[in-house]
Amino acid sequence: MTLMTKFLGAAAAAALGTGAALAEPALIFDLGGKFDKSFNEAAFTGAQRWAEETGETFREIELQSEAQREQALRRFAEAGSNPIITMGFGMADPLTSVAPDYPDTKFVVIDVTWIEGENISQIGFAEHEGSYLVGMMAAMASKTGTVGFVGGMDVPLIRHFGCGYAQGVKAVNPDAKVIANMTGTTPAAWNDPVKGSELTKAQISQGADVVYAAAGGTGVGVLQTAADENILSIGVDSNQNYMHPGKVLTSMLKRVDVAVFDAMKAGADVKTGGVITLGLAEDGVGYALDEHNAALVNDEMKAAIDAAREKIISGELEVASYYTNDSCPVLDF
Amino acid sequence: MDIYLTLIQLLDSTVRLATPLLLACLAGLYSERAGIFDIGLEGKMLAAAFFSAAIAAMTGSVWIGLLAGIAASLVLSAIHGIASITFRGNQLISGVAINFLAAGMTVLIAQAWFRQGGRTPSLIGKARFEPITLPFAEAVQDVPFIGPLYYELISGHSILVYVAFAAVPLTWWVLFRTRFGLRLRAVGENPAAVDTAGVSVVGLRFAAVAICGVLCGIAGAYLSTALQAGFVKDMAAGRGFIALAALIFAKWRPWHALYATLLFGLFGALETRPDVIEAVSGIKVQGQLLAALPYLMTVIILAGFVGKAIPPRAGGEPYVKER
Repeated sequence: MTLMTKFLGAAAAAALGTGAALAEPALIFDLGGKFDKSFNEAAFTGAQRWAEETGETFREIELQSEAQREQALRRFAEAGSNPIITMGFGMADPLTSVAPDYPDTKFVVIDVTWIEGENISQIGFAEHEGSYLVGMMAAMASKTGTVGFVGGMDVPLIRHFGCGYAQGVKAVNPDAKVIANMTGTTPAAWNDPVKGSELTKAQISQGADVVYAAAGGTGVGVLQTAADENILSIGVDSNQNYMHPGKVLTSMLKRVDVAVFDAMKAGADVKTGGVITLGLAEDGVGYALDEHNAALVNDEMKAAIDAAREKIISGELEVASYYTNDSCPVLDF
Repeated sequence: MDIYLTLIQLLDSTVRLATPLLLACLAGLYSERAGIFDIGLEGKMLAAAFFSAAIAAMTGSVWIGLLAGIAASLVLSAIHGIASITFRGNQLISGVAINFLAAGMTVLIAQAWFRQGGRTPSLIGKARFEPITLPFAEAVQDVPFIGPLYYELISGHSILVYVAFAAVPLTWWVLFRTRFGLRLRAVGENPAAVDTAGVSVVGLRFAAVAICGVLCGIAGAYLSTALQAGFVKDMAAGRGFIALAALIFAKWRPWHALYATLLFGLFGALETRPDVIEAVSGIKVQGQLLAALPYLMTVIILAGFVGKAIPPRAGGEPYVKER
């Protein structure tokens, strides 16, 4: 009995101890999963870098279903985590209902820019600008004049990617054809490489010789098939050039890692109540150039893209956003 | 656009998409015909997909990978069998448990083994099922009409596709032309009668569940080592459930299972080619509608509009010898 009491006491003390020590930041991954080689993995990389540099720890959870979103938010908030960093557009609604209940907790949400809340920091990316640049590269690398786009789940964000891409393609070659397909309408579309492969094959049979995948884990199948069929692919979010050296033209980088790193570094003092959009100017988006794709990107290509990049930053060139009218001027989904 | 070639490409894609469905559907057929409902097809495929890719990556041999995949699927089958046959548990709950177990364990083990975030390394060379070219395929390639048909559609798939298609007549023969098949069907309709005849109900049901495991294992291996070059979390993406829908659609008959899965595969293939549908029908059809069609059709069948789908009578009920 005394032993039991001791154990209970020790357990209680440990529980209290962790409760007090927890000003730890928390990171909630989206349904694609922490290691999707893409969006969520970039967040993990950023958090990991913060942990290594500061020697501190963070808490994390990988969501498995929609129902867990609010649950996870509340659990971390109750446990005292601060700030709580969440990933993905799906967090918008749960956040609007949870955040007001925990006014002292700071929430950071990535890929959401349209909700309100004094204790919420919203970080958006100008994906269309980065996609525009890789679209230009696709058009320059294409020999058939037909390029493809494979999206994951059919949501405005992914159409936003596709729209910027199509504009970049048309900027280089107005006659180019852009074939756009979405993998599905449920979160399963983020992890269906088999379907990604079939979509890629279907696009190849329509003449596509460069395919851009903005599809999380599904993109693994797109890149694989592109490499098998000897055409070029474009990765997304993280640098995916290494996955099939010499076969991946480039990757559209979305520096989620930087955003997460900065948020964790700011800790409980993270600035909330506003919307931050990271574009080309802030290096929030860009394209990847490394030893794996050096042979594919010639100087002419690089010069054209860097020129376009400067123009977009200076405001001389404006890439139309899908969000503005919920439609794309050059691509019909 | 060459219409004929486009058609061939569509059908080619249909075959690729239908193969895992067909294998899983036949797997479910054996199990359910013996009176064991199995909604764990998805989980078994997933486990098999992971283990075949993982072992193929380690050993460099896709055949050892295939065996490992089948073994993994058999283990889950055994769990299902012990829970629902030996201990007479609820078959649906056991199936759900298997799905969850597979979804979690695959990622966990993959992370522990490979440290690539729940993926296996990319398979190369012999660690992957390559498409096989049938005899004379290259020779007749340029013959009009039948050349492309033979070269593109019939030839050039991985060996597992041919295994899957061969499994259809084999299943028909086993179920309807052998003593084992008769008993297996009887055990799903009226196990007491089989028992009275002095045949082991438990033994037959375990045999059916084991065959189900083997077929699911091949289906999973096809996903990760033939269609793809490696495992990605949740890569079965609901195909086990579509196979169940196809099984109902086929009313638990082997040849109809083939037609049903090919039809579902065709819908999947059409979904990747919205331009073809637009060219043929003149209207822009949403891909979502096509994706939903297999389910809609299953519901229509279940509602009794197109004939009635009557499951094996003793399905879902554990057999109790004495009351």
